[in-house]
Amino acid sequence: MTRTITIDPVTRIEGHARITLQLDADSHLVEARFHVTEFRGFERFCEGRPFQEMAAITSRICGICPVSHLLAAARTGDRLLAVRIPPAAAKLRRLLNLAQISQSHALSFFHLSSPDFLLGWDSDPARRNVFGLMAAEPELARAGIRLRQFGQGIIERLAGRRIHSAWAVPGGVRSPLSLEDRDRILKDLPEAMAAAALALERFQRLLDGPLQPEMNSFGHFPSLFMALVGPGGRWEHLDGGDDAGEEQAAGSGLRIVAADGRVLAEGLRGDDYPTFLAEAVEPWSYLKFPYYRPLGYPEGIYRVGPLARLNVCERIGTPWADAELADLRQRCGRVALSSFAYHQARLVEIVACLEGIEALLHDPELQDPHVRARASLNAHEAVGVGEAPRGTLFHHYRVDERGLITRVNLIIATGQNNLAMNLTVLEIAREVLPDPVPDSIPEALLNRIEAGIRCFDPCLSCSTHAAGAMPIRLELRAADSRLLAEQVRN
Amino acid sequence: MSSATPKLRLATVWLAGCSGCHMSFLDLDEWLFDLAEVADIVYSPVASDAKTYPDNVDVCLVEGAVANADNLAMARTLRERTRVVVAFGDCAISAHVPGLRNRLAAEPGGGAAAVLERAYLELADRQPQIPSASGLLPVLLERVLPLHEVIAVELWLPGCPPPAARIRLVLEALLRGELPQLEGPEGLRFG
Repeated sequence: MTRTITIDPVTRIEGHARITLQLDADSHLVEARFHVTEFRGFERFCEGRPFQEMAAITSRICGICPVSHLLAAARTGDRLLAVRIPPAAAKLRRLLNLAQISQSHALSFFHLSSPDFLLGWDSDPARRNVFGLMAAEPELARAGIRLRQFGQGIIERLAGRRIHSAWAVPGGVRSPLSLEDRDRILKDLPEAMAAAALALERFQRLLDGPLQPEMNSFGHFPSLFMALVGPGGRWEHLDGGDDAGEEQAAGSGLRIVAADGRVLAEGLRGDDYPTFLAEAVEPWSYLKFPYYRPLGYPEGIYRVGPLARLNVCERIGTPWADAELADLRQRCGRVALSSFAYHQARLVEIVACLEGIEALLHDPELQDPHVRARASLNAHEAVGVGEAPRGTLFHHYRVDERGLITRVNLIIATGQNNLAMNLTVLEIAREVLPDPVPDSIPEALLNRIEAGIRCFDPCLSCSTHAAGAMPIRLELRAADSRLLAEQVRN
Repeated sequence: MSSATPKLRLATVWLAGCSGCHMSFLDLDEWLFDLAEVADIVYSPVASDAKTYPDNVDVCLVEGAVANADNLAMARTLRERTRVVVAFGDCAISAHVPGLRNRLAAEPGGGAAAVLERAYLELADRQPQIPSASGLLPVLLERVLPLHEVIAVELWLPGCPPPAARIRLVLEALLRGELPQLEGPEGLRFG
């Protein structure tokens, strides 16, 4: 008789999911799958809304990375207005994105994943969490909590609140950064850097020792990698993927790299995403399966996120982060193929963010009060692209002559890792489970399989909103579209 | 609280939401160390590996609306095993953003069919189909419901998300064995 082993729910990730392992009649593992079990159908509700509202609405897609949606919506709005935003606004947005990447990575590493490494894969499941870490490793836990607080604090100072702000708008941002706030952030920066150094030192020591097998075998397979790069192939987190042709700096844009390091495509722009990305559906997950269109499905498997950004870039461009990137490449080669390397990549990116934050805060242009360009609607379709903590994020809107949304498409970072997450789960299951699989499997082994998903730090409430373009269906009969739409539907 | 006092058994659950309320809970930052002195987190998607909702839970913070069969089953389970259920954030209180699809309920096939067909049939490049693997994926409810339409709720903690300070106010009162009094714009504001 065949058997199915279910891990339900997958814990210490964002969102709802289960894992199944299918065994044949002789108890050999034949398949392992990652099932995303939630779907909200979000895009439909954006239809009929003024495009200016999209930043506030779409940030509600996700409570971990609301800033990503805020910025992608604002960038798409910039292009609907056809404005070039003031330099200070561009820099303030970059500061916001760096703050968010650092806080999100801190959450992933310290709160969610490090209990596996620091307390042990087979430690007591009742204690294998951030509270267990606080008890067993208070210094490290406090450093992680304060590092996340540092990033969240910058977001609060810039945007007025930590979660779900509406500070970035089409044309720029709502307010500049005060000198007082700048100085406060600078004052806290050394402690944040010390926390990053502490985490790197601990993690690298583990990679030199007990975690060496994981680094070599945890979801280690060839795939493509996609991310933004800046001019000269520099590490990039926000700009260059959606600029108009003449504004796009040489070499910047989206780059796709093969497992052997060959650059398959570069200078790709968000506007053209349907030419290089496509999505498949499987009956057993609410999360669709994006793939690189030229290679087909599922051969067009690609990974996004921190590891992809480090694999596709030539260098980061700040000294400490480049030294840490060299350490990663020394361990894994020029293109790291192990999904476990995502954890180290996150720590490297925290360093890159902190160095980037420091450089921006010393830029005198940051205090320029001119932070918003104003214009009326000048285009009816636009794509905004940025790097969310978990990978490349696309917002695509069409609007009517009044600026009301008629179509929305969102391609979310986590979804693009779906094929890779499934393959990682299968690889780890093959690696850790005895063959044939016994009737009773130790909890620690199942936890290792779950940990394959944690490598990707998936954000599932985001990912299942990648529902695609949606023509308008609601009829709005008055200028106050929101109120009337609700009345009509009720 | 003296060491003789038993620790509060605290759970957190997310249903159909964005996890923002849980992130705001983590925004309690170092106060989490104080909380750990007086409470045990016995179930939480972000802070526990427990796979089964335990018995005898004192307080559960429930984020999100009730949008599918899994959410519904979880809500009923936690109600049976929890003394104080807190509707944690605007989605749990009003269905809020996930509930926006209720406007489509009048469409042919209903609101759930409308969002599913658009996403998985019309917009797929390969293998268009509505994911429905039996026993693996929960069926969407026709209407997304606030928590109190499904189970009894003791306390409503508003905000999108509730700011960390408001969460702390509520937890501190519950730790004293009181039901917190949320008042004024600081305590009661939605959004």
